[in-house]
Amino acid sequence: MTSFLMGSTTASDISSQLTRLRHQVGAPAVGMVLTLVVVCDESHQYDAVRAASEASREHPSRILAVIPRERDEATRLDAEIRVGELTTGEVVLLRLYGELREHADSVLSPLLLPDIPVVVWWPGDAPEAPAKDPVGAFGQRRVTDARSARDSVAAIKSRIGGYTPGDTDLSWTRITPWRSLLAAAFDQPVGKILDGYVEAEPDHPSAALLAVWLSQKLEAPIKVTESSGPGLTKVRLRLDDGEVMVERHDSRTATLVRPGQPDRQVALARRPTSDLLAEELRRLDPDEVYEETIRGVAGYDLS
Amino acid sequence: MNDSEQPGSAGESGPATPTDMAGSPVQAGDVPAPSAHEVELAVHTGGQPEKVSPDDSLAAAQAVASTATTMEVMEANPLRDPRDKRLPRVAGPCVLVIFGVTGDLARRKLLPAIYDLGNRGLLPPGFSLVGFARRDWAHQDFAKITHDAVKEHARTPFREEVWKQICEGLHFVPGSFDDDGAFDALVMALKEIDETRGTGGNYAFYLSTPPNAFPVIVEQLKRTGLTKPPKGSWRRVVIEKPFGHDLKSARELNRIVDSAFKPDSVFRIDHYLGKETVQNILALRFANTLFEPIWNRGYVDHVQITMAEDIGVGGRAGYYDGIGAARDVIQNHLLQLLALVAMEDPTAFGAAALRREKEKVLEALTLPEDLGLATARGQYTAGWQGGVPVKGFLEEEGVPPDSKTETYAAIKLEIANRRWAGVPFYLRTGKRLGRRMTEVAVVFQRAPHLPFSKTDTEILGQNALVIRIQPDEGITVRFGSKVPGTAMEVRDVNMDFAYGEAFLESSPEAYERLLLDVLIGDPPLFPHQREVELSWMVIDPIEEFWAKSDERPEGYPAGTGGPKSADELMARDGRTWRML
Repeated sequence: MTSFLMGSTTASDISSQLTRLRHQVGAPAVGMVLTLVVVCDESHQYDAVRAASEASREHPSRILAVIPRERDEATRLDAEIRVGELTTGEVVLLRLYGELREHADSVLSPLLLPDIPVVVWWPGDAPEAPAKDPVGAFGQRRVTDARSARDSVAAIKSRIGGYTPGDTDLSWTRITPWRSLLAAAFDQPVGKILDGYVEAEPDHPSAALLAVWLSQKLEAPIKVTESSGPGLTKVRLRLDDGEVMVERHDSRTATLVRPGQPDRQVALARRPTSDLLAEELRRLDPDEVYEETIRGVAGYDLS
Repeated sequence: MNDSEQPGSAGESGPATPTDMAGSPVQAGDVPAPSAHEVELAVHTGGQPEKVSPDDSLAAAQAVASTATTMEVMEANPLRDPRDKRLPRVAGPCVLVIFGVTGDLARRKLLPAIYDLGNRGLLPPGFSLVGFARRDWAHQDFAKITHDAVKEHARTPFREEVWKQICEGLHFVPGSFDDDGAFDALVMALKEIDETRGTGGNYAFYLSTPPNAFPVIVEQLKRTGLTKPPKGSWRRVVIEKPFGHDLKSARELNRIVDSAFKPDSVFRIDHYLGKETVQNILALRFANTLFEPIWNRGYVDHVQITMAEDIGVGGRAGYYDGIGAARDVIQNHLLQLLALVAMEDPTAFGAAALRREKEKVLEALTLPEDLGLATARGQYTAGWQGGVPVKGFLEEEGVPPDSKTETYAAIKLEIANRRWAGVPFYLRTGKRLGRRMTEVAVVFQRAPHLPFSKTDTEILGQNALVIRIQPDEGITVRFGSKVPGTAMEVRDVNMDFAYGEAFLESSPEAYERLLLDVLIGDPPLFPHQREVELSWMVIDPIEEFWAKSDERPEGYPAGTGGPKSADELMARDGRTWRML
């Protein structure tokens, strides 16, 4: 990996440096499918950029990490360009000091690749209305992560007001394998679900989303109960004559229980952030089911 | 009439019905659930999906219960929503029985593809795999072989929990195909799997064997009643090419399979159709406005379809001798590619609509009058292939020294319809050529007038759109561009789209896609018997012409671009083959 540090620079200098690198180092010039903007603070930076780089192996991207720094320092832009090994595309870390913190959009707009989609991801704190945020406004898709908030269920509720098509949250992405397995269990008719519960570690936003999604689709009350985790551990749906249950024992495999059928082991591993992000980047159209589900969270009594 | 499109079937008269979509027998009395098409329609027109009360959805679910794990049942599922694109299509509970599981194809492609499906979460819970072969193996031995095959050839990383899930469903039944006892044991094994794994009597039989074993296997399946699904379950059979060696044998083969399975339960695998780029031909042509206006005789000069292999016949010599390149490759892969490139737009992306258009093109294919001038064949001789000395075809083990089998074939075809009249389609394939490459090149006419001086455009070729199928799947557009400098010199440049760059790091293997389609019962990517027969009608006269000729196939040294006669074929039309 080659890394270039540029102190007190400007977006247009960065842009010409990137072009120069393409010609000199032979950095990948074509084939990038999106610009991924990562907005995070310095402490999240390493993990976030790493996950983004791994996801960019599936979706070659220009990764622009926006890192707001000390407000009291002299206004300036420090940049770090990385090309090679770790990523298929380019990574640019942008450190914003002083007043520039409030004007990240002015730095970003010349650096977005033309003609291809922009995705904005907040691995940590995110604005309440991502689409109204000056940086978020660039994105066709805006990805937040409720789990990083102190009260994560409240964080989901707070996003409902500002929801704009294109918003999603990684706590929704995390439950795709669960939803997929449950949907497979319903591919053969099972009958009317009376009620049920989702069991997970305390204050787990994914559990709330899963419970609401199930209750909306099955039209039955589904509660959330607590376990010691990690993450989601069980979904149990009660039928007239039995139950449909998925129980995850060791965060890798789960048992599926269905009436009239033998219990079965299925792989259901927890996924790293890079996988979640890669799934998120696979489709860039609005996720209407997510919208319905978060709207459901507002009025739903989970306990 | 046996399995051609039945006139008046639902597929002809409107949106595909579940029967069409499912590819599995639907018993009389079943209430058809809305097809994917109709559900989508409901979503788009209403803005919201049809809100069904739980009782309704339950009733609908029960109504279609008897068809089990087909596409229409999925749509009765309250948790599935056509707008929910994150949820993958997962096959329903079922067993895959592979005959000839010790073969090369099973080890290198099928078993790894099954693991990869599992790893992507696309296999149903309880999915079971039964291996059948003449080996004195226990389940553990089969598991070991599968494990090794997966480790060596799978596309996705090895994960213990996925392996564990697959391993629990592995079974092995030893025996030869003429052994009644072995098939009785298979019946018992399947029954037991149904009970312990909840697979509900849904079996897919994959005949990964030479075609001469088909009759006896099918006969055994019939004898043991495995071809007859009890109500509410399905039986499917998967066969690999070759689908016969001429029209007559293709019909004979079809008669055998047809005697046991309904036409829509027969899945003929042409693995080329599972490749992303091949499916992308349809997207390229029918999802864009950029290409379709020039996709006709007004702009296209000719089309070249190439499948070049760098390997020789090797271990397949026994099979290959007497078959040859035209039957082995042109009859299936290249004619299917031709059909996709040349067909009119289908009314929908369903099996029936696609087949109709493909059949129309294949029916319109015409052979030039003088086959001697419009075909070429060759046989590789000893030479250097990629820096390694290799044997000639006649020196390969298992090939008789006087064999007239061609290892290279090139043919020129025309399509008698308004879109393509007068545009030749050149098809070529060969073994031991310089490079491994499969591509479709649509070569456009030269600009009618060039406002540049002759010297400026000396090195300007014809515009071309090249669909690269393997290796390095992608699309190249070739056009003229000004060379930097003071002179107005125009030269060919490439504009490139590579799958590896634009989408997944590695797109799914063709077999992954096709196996999943078999288990789901989704038939658009499988050629129909009628297409097979139409293709033989093109190849048979050429084979007869070659068989009558006293000439031997022209030799070409291994590692080169093919025989001279193939170049002459193009030269007669004032054209050249694209560089291999």
